[in-house]
Amino acid sequence: MRGLEKFLRGRFAAAAIAVLIGLLVAAIVLIAAGYDPIASFAALITGAFGRPKYITNVFIKATPILLTGVSVAFAFKTGLFNIGAEGQYILGTVLATIVGVKLNLPMPLQVPVVLLSGIAGGAALGAFVGWLKARFGIHEVITSIMCNWIAFYLCNFVVMSNTFHKPNSQSALPVNPSSYTMILGSWKKSEAGKEFLAGMPWLREVLLKTDLNAGFIIAVLVAVLISWVLTRTKLGYELRAVGFNRDAARFSGISVESNIVLSMLIAGGISGFAGALAITGTSPHTITLLAAMEGYGFNGMSVAFIAGCAPIGCIPASIMFAALIYGGMSVQQALGVPSDIINITIGTIVFFTALPGIAPYFADKIKQRREAKELANGTKAGEA
Amino acid sequence: MAMGSITRRSMLGMMGMGALTLAACGGGSSEGGAESAGSDAASSDVKLEMITDTGGVNDQSFNQLAWAGMKQMEAENGWEVSYLESKQDSDYMTNLDKAVDDGATIVWGIGFAMSDAINTVAEQNPDVTFASIEGSNEDGKENLTAVAFKSEEPSFAVGYIAARMSESGKVGFIGGMESETIQAFEYGYYAGVEYANKENGTSVTYQGQYAESFTDAAKGKSIAQKMIKDGCDVMFHAAGGAGVGMLEACNDAKVMSIGVDQDQAALFPEYETIITSALKRVDNAVVTVSTGLVDGSIEGGQSLLLGAADDAVGLAESHDKLPDDVYEAAVALFDAIKAGDIVVPASKDALDAYVKSL
Repeated sequence: MRGLEKFLRGRFAAAAIAVLIGLLVAAIVLIAAGYDPIASFAALITGAFGRPKYITNVFIKATPILLTGVSVAFAFKTGLFNIGAEGQYILGTVLATIVGVKLNLPMPLQVPVVLLSGIAGGAALGAFVGWLKARFGIHEVITSIMCNWIAFYLCNFVVMSNTFHKPNSQSALPVNPSSYTMILGSWKKSEAGKEFLAGMPWLREVLLKTDLNAGFIIAVLVAVLISWVLTRTKLGYELRAVGFNRDAARFSGISVESNIVLSMLIAGGISGFAGALAITGTSPHTITLLAAMEGYGFNGMSVAFIAGCAPIGCIPASIMFAALIYGGMSVQQALGVPSDIINITIGTIVFFTALPGIAPYFADKIKQRREAKELANGTKAGEA
Repeated sequence: MAMGSITRRSMLGMMGMGALTLAACGGGSSEGGAESAGSDAASSDVKLEMITDTGGVNDQSFNQLAWAGMKQMEAENGWEVSYLESKQDSDYMTNLDKAVDDGATIVWGIGFAMSDAINTVAEQNPDVTFASIEGSNEDGKENLTAVAFKSEEPSFAVGYIAARMSESGKVGFIGGMESETIQAFEYGYYAGVEYANKENGTSVTYQGQYAESFTDAAKGKSIAQKMIKDGCDVMFHAAGGAGVGMLEACNDAKVMSIGVDQDQAALFPEYETIITSALKRVDNAVVTVSTGLVDGSIEGGQSLLLGAADDAVGLAESHDKLPDDVYEAAVALFDAIKAGDIVVPASKDALDAYVKSL
């Protein structure tokens, strides 16, 4: 029993148990809706990891939500709730598209310029929200929700503007190919590339049938960098100090106002970066008329809270989340399960993984029972 | 304390992944195999898969109609059918790709937002048959059939009804975004009005405006209110969700309205002034084209323009708000279009030529 208790207090058990409970509840939902849960989970896993190209797609789909996740996590560590990641992401896509369409520099210049403009877009929106909070004390949740809609309609405005609208479509013009960040993007479509790949079916699949791009690696580097800034630098220390206790931070000579603006600027920049990488890395390489929020920022919030708002933790969390979303589509395809049921399933699993207290709770229960038993046996509870 | 809990939580996600993979591998090896083997052997060897656009399968529009057509083929021919819903634009490529992996006989892409994606995937998979509703076949790929609708034909019939029903002598049209597809509705509608004018010696005028959106109901409503103020008493739209705003404005002002794509009088019973609807029978089109592609009577690689003669467009059956003679005249007109006696114009120039020929 003591072994089990120790196991339950460990990191691995907490997550494993939460996922198992999540799967169990999801299975009940599936059974209640009249579907085979085992076959559903099997379809989900094969849909997400069944082929090299599916795994590639999981990583591609994890890229934006990893970055928006890091954005939310970073802001949360500094005492701010960045619900505006969605809008910052959208503004990142908009600015990256505008610059990518209008500029056509050689690739080594074009890619950084396009990416930086996306970062600038998100950062500006984030900094604006931070400034409103620092200067006027307006809560960042309210302003950033409003900014989400401003970015949303700005996106639709740009799509429909004469300069950027692609005729007979619902999208803007795609960015110039020199902005693309796909790995071996032009080589894989060339004759030499096709010939080389003909002999390697799996690599051919991964390269030709997905938008394999450098985004995930960059996103991981960002997560590591942000984690390092938060825990190992003076800047990170100050930002966290403001988050922990504003008054104490001010008392010790830290400028609370500028740190709030700076924090939101960085958080916004990360989300904007996610948007810019989506434009340069994945088709259709442009923005389209939005009918509803696409959810990159909101999924990022789920990722951040699954990860307990640790930037590094966002890496596995984003992969899991992307696998659930992407694999979930295969459940629909294979078994005809409506997407609503799949969304409930995903929601349940996320819900339980986001409850880190479950396993320690069971550990406490076991401890209580052991102590009660030991008392009853008349032996003293102590270290054996 | 804070750091401890952070690192513990940060592991959660990773463990979640592991546990998920484990949990599924247990079932995956046996169940997954049995599933695919069973489905292959069970029914026939024809398998149709459709990819919805971001509207989803219950969008009360194209996707839903297409799925109804698929279900019909499942019931009638015993074909295997399934669908995949796209949630974001970036899902189009990956979903089409999954349908290819699943061994579908025909992969359908619904909605013109998917046009680029289906062209790319069709190029990547020359041995798989693709078909698209409202998409285009950019360079005549032999494995892609693009299906579009002669929207001008039902629009002509409802234009005729509008002119017959109007008392003020003014009718209106609201389009979503200006494109050739939506202009076909507009000019077909005007041609119907002109036809009625000629037939009855009336001089009903028309005006049209674009909402620059397929979703902004508030904008559709305000444009409609403006037109109603100008004296329009029958309004037709081809503006999706923005057009629903028009239906609402007409209902508020007790002015007649005409629905589009589906029988919107049945779809929106709360709007009591919808007198008829110009239908796109996406369901019939999906059945016709799928059947044709499977039995070889339709050759792949075409851009098909389906109309009244193919039962791919129509006039709403519910007509309790129309006088019998108007409805019957409109049906007769539609039959004339079907028979090819009337060729409806779909552009500004064609409309001008048509008006001269009347």
